[in-house]
Amino acid sequence: MRGPHDLGGLPAGAVDTAPHEPTFWEKQIDAINALLAQKGLRRTDENRRYIEMLGHDAYETLSYYERWTAALARQLIDKGVLTQDEIDAKVAHVRARLGQDAG
Amino acid sequence: MTEAHTHDHDHDAADHGHAHAPPAKDEKIHSYYQVLGLALKELLIEKGIVSADEIRKTIELRDSITPALGARIVARAWTDPAYKKRLLTNGSEAIHEFGLDMGALHLVVVENTPSTHNMIVCTLCSCYPRAVLGLPPSWYKSREYRSRAVREPRKVLEEFGTHLSRDVEVRVHDSTADIRYLVLPMRPKGTEKLSEDELAALVTRDCMIGTSVVRSL
Amino acid sequence: MCGRASGRMQAEAMAEQLAPGTHVRVRDDYPPGHIRTPVYVRGKEGVVVRAFGSFPNPETLAIGRDGLPKKTLYEVRFKQKDLWSDYAGPEADCLDIDIYEHWLTKVQG
Repeated sequence: MRGPHDLGGLPAGAVDTAPHEPTFWEKQIDAINALLAQKGLRRTDENRRYIEMLGHDAYETLSYYERWTAALARQLIDKGVLTQDEIDAKVAHVRARLGQDAG
Repeated sequence: MTEAHTHDHDHDAADHGHAHAPPAKDEKIHSYYQVLGLALKELLIEKGIVSADEIRKTIELRDSITPALGARIVARAWTDPAYKKRLLTNGSEAIHEFGLDMGALHLVVVENTPSTHNMIVCTLCSCYPRAVLGLPPSWYKSREYRSRAVREPRKVLEEFGTHLSRDVEVRVHDSTADIRYLVLPMRPKGTEKLSEDELAALVTRDCMIGTSVVRSL
Repeated sequence: MCGRASGRMQAEAMAEQLAPGTHVRVRDDYPPGHIRTPVYVRGKEGVVVRAFGSFPNPETLAIGRDGLPKKTLYEVRFKQKDLWSDYAGPEADCLDIDIYEHWLTKVQG
């Protein structure tokens, strides 16, 4: 009985050793997380728990920084900093701005 | 997303006949999360919880910490036996001499010797000595490294081009708590005449994680 | 207040300090929640390398509590051949991992 994060010893393929520089988006997520931790709005152990609670499918589908984004969203909602409605509205707004379908 | 694509390629390599999720659905999910990241940032700024300026400064600060800092520490340890002793005894304190600080975490430096090779992993997430080396490489956070480094370290080392004799003990460290590990790699032969700066230039990030060894030029 | 303080002191005294070289076994339990003891070492036997001091418990920090009472953190070494039945490397290969005291029991004899 493993959490989705408890990977030690599981079969897996070859390690992709090529360098992949973090994108600007990823650095922003990283910076926001660091800032929120500094301000006491995000705690390391809670953040880990939120990531683990995403479940196996999400853990495998999402990239590292996407998992952080998902965990961040949930933490902010649970702590009453943001509401799901606010986030949904902002997502729609950003999508419209980027010319994406709400699809 | 770079990391998602990396992950997908590894899946294909490992599971040839395995039915793969339709790319379209995954792409929708990835695009949602990119947008969500932007949305969260804008909401946090609107609510005055963080400012765009703070985010920018944080990125700059984090960008300024690179493996070159760790390399300087290694080079100092190679040339100054007293510093090496301080570093191995209390890594957190010893790095203060370079203006670095572990905050609430602790740094333990593990020394490679002719008989022992150390390799660091965090199977549960991505614990890494960020205060000394900066952001971890993509592979360090990957499923492939996290799952196999503890189980077949020598095969993983081969994938990095690192070949170790069976006479050398491979010691893997799984960072599961508040300790962060840094490998003090062995100084290569023939480097006796090099300056500290020249020595530091030889030390790559992977040598301090333990997936590589330092080679003289 | 006196009752709580003496209760805590008692708990700290009862928590045995495991000396380097002590043989220990990791509990073979599977509680739900945020656990920092990976499944691959549960039920396995290893040797204490050193104690790192005491730290707030991540399992309760993860649910927003203060993590007290602190737990002693140990570096425990396992032989790879004891962790994996199919380990192909040499006998000497080992794995060090940081485990909190409440996951370890002393192996007698």
